Amino acid sequence: MTAPIARIFSSLAVVAVTTACGGSYYEIPLETPIRPKLDTSGFERILVAGFIAGGTEDVDGNVETTRLLRSQLRSQSDMRVIDSDVLPLVEVANETRVASDSTAEGEDQSMPAAILEDEDLVPYEHLFADAEYWKQIGEEYQQPLIVTGTVMFAPQERSGIIQNDREVYDSFGRRSVVPVRTYMERTGFVLKPRFVFIDGRTGAVLYSENFREEVLYNANQTSPALSAYFELMDRLLPSFLSTLSTQTIKGTRVLLQ
Amino acid sequence: MSRLPTRVLGLLLVLGTLGVVPLAADARDDARRQVEFGIEVAQRGLWREAIYRWERAVSIDPTYAAAHNNLAIAYEQDGDLDKAREAYERAMALEPGDVFITQNYELFREINDRTNRENIQ
Repeated sequence: MTAPIARIFSSLAVVAVTTACGGSYYEIPLETPIRPKLDTSGFERILVAGFIAGGTEDVDGNVETTRLLRSQLRSQSDMRVIDSDVLPLVEVANETRVASDSTAEGEDQSMPAAILEDEDLVPYEHLFADAEYWKQIGEEYQQPLIVTGTVMFAPQERSGIIQNDREVYDSFGRRSVVPVRTYMERTGFVLKPRFVFIDGRTGAVLYSENFREEVLYNANQTSPALSAYFELMDRLLPSFLSTLSTQTIKGTRVLLQ
Repeated sequence: MSRLPTRVLGLLLVLGTLGVVPLAADARDDARRQVEFGIEVAQRGLWREAIYRWERAVSIDPTYAAAHNNLAIAYEQDGDLDKAREAYERAMALEPGDVFITQNYELFREINDRTNRENIQ
C-alpha cells in the first residue's frame, strides 16, 4: 500500500515543481487603441468656437486654447476644422444674460467684473445650455460639432516640505544617494479647462469633460505664463483628442509561457 | 471480511488518483502548447490568432495564470479594456506574487484610468 501512495506523492510533487518553476517570458510591443468617447460619425466638420477664460491677464485663454485645439484637430482628427473668428463668449454671455433678465424676472446673479476664481465662471454657465444660441451658430457654419467651454489658467503659490535625493560621498569617495527634506516656497500655474461638445444641428450639449493640471517651479526658477500654459495643455491634449478620435497608446508587456 | 471492502476502496482511490494526475498534467501540456503557439503568432503581429489560442488555453486549463495574462495583453492590443481587466484580475488571483503579471496589470491600469477619467455630463 505504501508504494502506490509514494507514487501518488511523487507525481503530485512533479506537477507542483513544474508549476512553480514557471516558463519563459517574452517582452512584446503593444499598441492599445483607445476608442473615442464621443460618436462623431454624424459630423464632417468641427468648430472650436471659443472659451470663457480667466485666471490671469498674462495669457488669453480664449484665443490660445482655440488656436491650439484647432491646430491639433487639423492633424489628429478626420473632421474638417472650420476657420473662423474666435467668438467673444464673455460678451455673448453678458448679452444673453441681459436679454433674459429683461424678459423674465429671475434671480439676480450679477456678472463678475473679471474672471479670477472658479466661482466667477458660474454666472456664465447658462451660455452652454442655451440651445437656441448654439443652434444658430450651427446653422451659420453648416451644422458642425461645436467645441466650447471654460478655461481657468491661474498662478498659484505653494509652500511645504519637499523631499529630494542628494548625492553624498564618504571619506573613501564612495557615492550614495540620501533623501533630504527641505522647506520650499514654490510658484507655478494651474490649468482647469472644461470642454463642452455641442451638436450644431440641435444646439444640445452632447458631452463635457473637466481637466486639471498644475505645475510648480522652485522659487529661483522663472517660467513665463505662456510657456507654462503650453506645458500644461500638452499634458491633457491626448485626453481631449481621445474624445473625438481613436488614439493609440504605445507600450510593452510581458508574455508568459 | 470487514477489511476487504476497505482495501478495494483504497485501491480504487489510488487508481483513480493516478488517473487524474496525468489527466491534469495532459490538460496543462495541451494548454501550454496553445500558449506557446499564441506567443509565436503574437510576436508576428497576428493578434487575432493569438487570442483564439489563449482563449483555448484558458478553457482547457482555467488555472493557467500565464494564459490569462497573455489573453489580457491581447485584449489590450484589441482595445477591449473590459475583457483585459477581467483576464488580468484572473491571472492576478491565480498568481498573486508574479512580478510580470503585476507589472503588466499596473501598466494596463494607467491606460484604463486615463480613459475612465472623463466626467460625463
